[in-house]
Amino acid sequence: MAANRSGTGARAALRRSLHTPIGLSAVIAGLLLAALAVAAPPLFGDRAEAIDTGATNQGVSGAHWLGTDSLGRDIMARVLVASRLTLQLGLTATVIGLAGGLVLGVAPSVLGRRAGRAVTAAVGVLVAFPGLLFVLFLATVFGVGSTGAVLAIGLALIPSLARLIQNLTASIAGSDYVAAARILGVGRFRIVVRHLLPNIVEPVVLFGVQAATGSLIAFAGLSFLGLGVQSPDYDWGRLLNEGLGRVYVNPASALAPGTAVVLAGLVFGLIGEAVAQAGGRRTVTVPTATPTDVPAAAAEQDTDLPPGNANKDPQDRPDVNGDALVQVTDLRVAFPGGRTAVRGVGLTVAAGEAVGLVGESGSGKSLTALALADLVPYPGRTTGTVRFDGADLRSNPRLGTDLALVFQDPMTSLNPALRVGRQLAEVAEVHLGASRGGARARAVARLAAVGIPDAGRRARQRPHEYSGGMRQRAFIGMGLMAEPKLIIADEPTTALDVTVQKQVLDLLGQVRAGTGAALLLISHDLGVVAEVCDRVLVMYAGRIVEELPVRRLADAAHPYTRALVGAIPTMATDPASELATIPGRPPEPGEEFPGCAFAARCASATDRCRAELPVLAAAGGGAGHRVACWHPAEPDAEPEAARAGSEAAA
Amino acid sequence: MSSLELRGVSVRYGRFTAVRGVDLAVPDGSVTGLVGGSGSGKSTLGKAVVGLAPLTAGRITVDGVDLPRRPGRGPVQLVFQNPYASLDPRLGIGATIAEALPRRKTADPARARDLRVAAGETTGAAAGTTRWTRAERAAEVARYLDLVGIDPARAAQTPDALSGGQRQRVALARALAARPGVLIADEITSALDVSVQGAVLNLLRRLQRELGFALLFISHDLAVIRYLCDQVVVLDGGRVVEAGPAVAVMARPAHEITRTLLSCVPALPVTATRPPTAVPDQEA
Repeated sequence: MAANRSGTGARAALRRSLHTPIGLSAVIAGLLLAALAVAAPPLFGDRAEAIDTGATNQGVSGAHWLGTDSLGRDIMARVLVASRLTLQLGLTATVIGLAGGLVLGVAPSVLGRRAGRAVTAAVGVLVAFPGLLFVLFLATVFGVGSTGAVLAIGLALIPSLARLIQNLTASIAGSDYVAAARILGVGRFRIVVRHLLPNIVEPVVLFGVQAATGSLIAFAGLSFLGLGVQSPDYDWGRLLNEGLGRVYVNPASALAPGTAVVLAGLVFGLIGEAVAQAGGRRTVTVPTATPTDVPAAAAEQDTDLPPGNANKDPQDRPDVNGDALVQVTDLRVAFPGGRTAVRGVGLTVAAGEAVGLVGESGSGKSLTALALADLVPYPGRTTGTVRFDGADLRSNPRLGTDLALVFQDPMTSLNPALRVGRQLAEVAEVHLGASRGGARARAVARLAAVGIPDAGRRARQRPHEYSGGMRQRAFIGMGLMAEPKLIIADEPTTALDVTVQKQVLDLLGQVRAGTGAALLLISHDLGVVAEVCDRVLVMYAGRIVEELPVRRLADAAHPYTRALVGAIPTMATDPASELATIPGRPPEPGEEFPGCAFAARCASATDRCRAELPVLAAAGGGAGHRVACWHPAEPDAEPEAARAGSEAAA
Repeated sequence: MSSLELRGVSVRYGRFTAVRGVDLAVPDGSVTGLVGGSGSGKSTLGKAVVGLAPLTAGRITVDGVDLPRRPGRGPVQLVFQNPYASLDPRLGIGATIAEALPRRKTADPARARDLRVAAGETTGAAAGTTRWTRAERAAEVARYLDLVGIDPARAAQTPDALSGGQRQRVALARALAARPGVLIADEITSALDVSVQGAVLNLLRRLQRELGFALLFISHDLAVIRYLCDQVVVLDGGRVVEAGPAVAVMARPAHEITRTLLSCVPALPVTATRPPTAVPDQEA
């Protein structure tokens, strides 16, 4: 059921996983073990049963590779033949455990609230019972023998599996898509089969493989203790039991079954590892291209500009002036597999200036911000230079002191286990060498400064006692523990409510006015940026396509910027007209374009747009207005001059 | 066809009262906006209507008939806020929509005809209450995908192949496939980029006009409410603080909360320098 629904993603992941060394060895070892269990009894069964009173208790010899037992039977043959019964018992117990665990685990989602709680409580009690004691207890109840042992080990598996499945299904059952299915009147059993089980199958399979390994060893243990398989049947545990008595005479007789248990356990472990690789999307990295040549190739492409661009506007390279606080040149962020997220961004932020970086999701704006702080997640690679306050930021990191970051989700950016005051104080202790008491006082002062009422009491609270807006305030306060020269805020208000959004934006403005810090505000919403910033940079497909003062947004020259401006409904939007939209979709990070990345969605695109990459050049909106477009919209008549320059070069 | 009415609705979680005595009406074929800050109870109210939040007092009726208190197939459908969480990651989008189709064909012939007209289909299937065949079901799914502007050839894809805006379109198609008389849209664009928001809102408005369902549009953005809604209800602390025709409320907000929400609408400098594209006559 799960397999045929899990779509191409899971199947492809499994196939990929099988091509790794671990996956390949798991398949080969698993097949060998299965072949042994199937073929050994018919091939060696007679030999294993053949009693030879003339050759009892023999050591290792050419005729008997592992010697013989007390009845003269060949130990090698017995170990091979025992593989079938051992695996059979182990797997049967696992199946019993899985089936029982699934029934009990899914029951709370199917039954009503009261019955569900009873099941959960019962499982909780059973889990608390020590596993080995449980097995021994059940083995005594069911009597000595293989049936009893199978039931005992199988049933002992149920509580822990049921608990795992209960936890997994509970999180899925609370999801929006299950709620949607309930509103649609989909029955409980159908919800379990269609929505719950397919979404928990990976961890359950992984746990099942682990359980199989465990029950294999448990069986060996029970048989060894004499509680498991009884004569004349034999499994590896029983052979181990028989062989151990003669371990000083013929070590092989005990070592061989022991080794068999270990090897089979390893095979199961390998299979589990392979499954986990397929399931855990993060563990498999398929290097299709070495990360090193990606930026190099991209850089080459960029320097080999078409002839039309040879006479570039000197402003394309950010002016190397001394008073710029941040100076980013040709910043690129690439991921393995040729996915380039940021493609040669250059930007400057002057001291005390508020700059907005705007773009859709996937435009590379957040990665640009992370690259400024040298926090690009592995395996991303950053190239280009970032000069901050006159020094190379990457060789001289300034996080926590001169550079503060504010993230999107204040819920995850504060540590839930630490008191808020402590988290703030830590900054002062680590970076400023403040004493514990001094750092605490400073933390309280900063919390008060960001508008947290009753800061002394609030500092002793943990993040969950704060509202979303207060958490974001506290996080901004954390950035202010030192005296930052630059605050990078990545979508600081997306997770917040509109009224709180306004308060947080106002706070960022106040902080800037109060401390003289510069602000780089990253957002998908031009409205948010327009509220706080002096200058806005519009990013598309990893490049900056337009840069202009916020007050000149009306004169935006790039079609993309114009579309973004038009897409925001305001209090003046005509309810009778359709909202402006941008046709098509933004390009994927891996897509390469010889020309303008926006050309495919642009109404005024021509062949030139598709063939040649436009570079940032001065545009008509006055000082500080630059645009990367071959056909910029003209607000007035003046931009003619600016455009004529770049046209003449073509 | 269908109108939604709430009378004295209260929702309590343990000791916390999320919604207190709310009266609200969404007349047949109209759009009512429900606006408020976070914690105002607006999403809880939407959930209560479809039975996902416990009703402690009050009545919720559609065309005068009480809605069941438990979630189940009813005349009201809800589109969730986050399209990244509201679609089963393991289910193809076609299968997701198929789940919403009525068990039997033409449970409501009038609505089915409306939808067919909306999708530009002229061949009327034989009326009756027979089960779907596999091919019919696939055709119906394709029709809904087409209705929301997604290529029906993508029906086998899982949501991870789709962008946020496309996912929200699929979620909308799923809700519409259940042929609701009333649709609740709970902040359906707040998880999307501003650039995608416009397309989803245009689509919702077009479908509402074509299919004529009553729409309860929950949002925190008054500019969006103003654009989309006939009536507006402002919620704060679980109570209705202001209600009335959207145009009138925006023009003359009577309550402090409404004024605060209005002041939070981002004002682009554009509106100041560039003349509005069209001056709305009806408001002047």
